[in-house]
Amino acid sequence: MSLPVVDYLKLPEGEDPYLEGHKCTKCNSIFLGERNVCSNCFSRESMEPIKLNNKGKLYSYSIVFRSFPGIDVPYISAIVDLEGGGTVKGNLINCDPDPDKIKFDMPVEVVFDDALGRKDSEGNSYISYFFKPIS
Amino acid sequence: MSDVYVLGVDMIKFGRFPDRTVPDLGAEAALLALDDAGLTIDKMEAFYCGNLGQANAMVGQRILQEIGQTGIPVVNCSNACATGATAFREAWTSIKAGLYDVVLAVGVEQMGTGLLGGSGGGAGIPKEGLLGSGTMPAVFAEAGMEHSRQYGTTFEQFAKISVKNHHHSTMNPKARYQIETPLDEVMNAEMISYPNTKLMCSVNVDGAAAAVLVSEKKAKELGMGRSVRVKASILTSDPYQERDLVMPDVNSCTRKAAKEAYEMAGLGAEDIDLVELHDCFATAEMLHYENLGLCEDGEAGRLIDEGEVELGGRVPVNVSGGLLSKGHPLGATGIANIYEVCTHLRGEAGERQVEGAKIGLTHVIGLGSACGIHILEKA
Ligand SMILES: [Zn+2]
Repeated sequence: MSLPVVDYLKLPEGEDPYLEGHKCTKCNSIFLGERNVCSNCFSRESMEPIKLNNKGKLYSYSIVFRSFPGIDVPYISAIVDLEGGGTVKGNLINCDPDPDKIKFDMPVEVVFDDALGRKDSEGNSYISYFFKPIS
Repeated sequence: MSDVYVLGVDMIKFGRFPDRTVPDLGAEAALLALDDAGLTIDKMEAFYCGNLGQANAMVGQRILQEIGQTGIPVVNCSNACATGATAFREAWTSIKAGLYDVVLAVGVEQMGTGLLGGSGGGAGIPKEGLLGSGTMPAVFAEAGMEHSRQYGTTFEQFAKISVKNHHHSTMNPKARYQIETPLDEVMNAEMISYPNTKLMCSVNVDGAAAAVLVSEKKAKELGMGRSVRVKASILTSDPYQERDLVMPDVNSCTRKAAKEAYEMAGLGAEDIDLVELHDCFATAEMLHYENLGLCEDGEAGRLIDEGEVELGGRVPVNVSGGLLSKGHPLGATGIANIYEVCTHLRGEAGERQVEGAKIGLTHVIGLGSACGIHILEKA
């Protein structure tokens, strides 16, 4: 059994994985992770969980050539605005790490896969999410 | 409320001092600032000390153990890369409040090596390189690419900022490096996180800077000769922005601080003769030209292309060499940039002097986020 890499990645049994946001019903701000109070409009008890869309557009990025020891490079660190709201950060895969090939606003989809073989100290494997260009 | 003045200010030459300690570096800067003010430690009524690396280890008190234990209140503060500016501002606040007439502020840091930052610690598995990058070069690259997205800013334009700041540092004997880096050298240096090459990342160094702040009454009593008036002291945190959780925001806290600082000083950006801003990465400096109102939105690329922010230009930025070449000892940076501006206002900056400088602005950002801005005027 694999575990979710972050608490906003949900793995419901018998259903597709998805990313969960928490939306303020007063001001429509969307947050990742649970919270009690909206940091935009300060309202309390207005947060409700929502399923974030799996389609989005590339907002910004960097191509990482130097990282911490043991981390494979290069990779594209991408910030993606999801359709219907919510912004998430992750690796952009299936795309050359070349600024000429990476276009702002290029459509991407969120895909779920094993977390690059990384395991925790107890040997558990993890499911992560990635962004993939939609051709 | 009386105005507050910087009576003495100084910094040590930034570098690598593995055989020294944090209190030792801070003590050296404190003594330099006291000498500059012509005062001794027993005249200080309070001490605000900024340091990050040993934030829980009473650095301020350990500095006093090296230079004089007079029993004054010591406040140790930590506010990411805005730590030094925060210590200075706390000193300013205490005089503004009428509590004290003579106060010491020190910022000091001893740095490790390698990349700063990292994404998603905590339980489970490492997230770096899995959920993008949390390294500082990547985070600030993403912020720079947001500018590229809006205005078509190019890799070459970002690189020119680094050429400029390295050039400025050749005239600053207290900078870590005094080395020219031509454009092709900057662009062909090791790529760390596109578009930031190694020469577009700030230099990890050890350093310390200190200031003696006094009330107007005290400044008049001691002689205003070389003192510098603090026209504005502003600290902000990051207001809510929709991408906050994945993209630390250095823009809105800077814009808010700049607006408040110009209001407090009764001045506009057009009145500023020189700026020391937070160029932790070349991409960051580009954003702050607009955030500080040095130009209209979308004009930052033109500013660097046309040399307006070079020494001799319309509004020279980071004539000290900036964090990119002078170096970035996190907790010391916010007072070191105040030292730089004061040195120009006093007409003591030598080869790199901004001619006729009367008003200058300092800016730092602590990611997470805190923004500190000070506007200083020749008294
Ligand atoms: Zn709300």
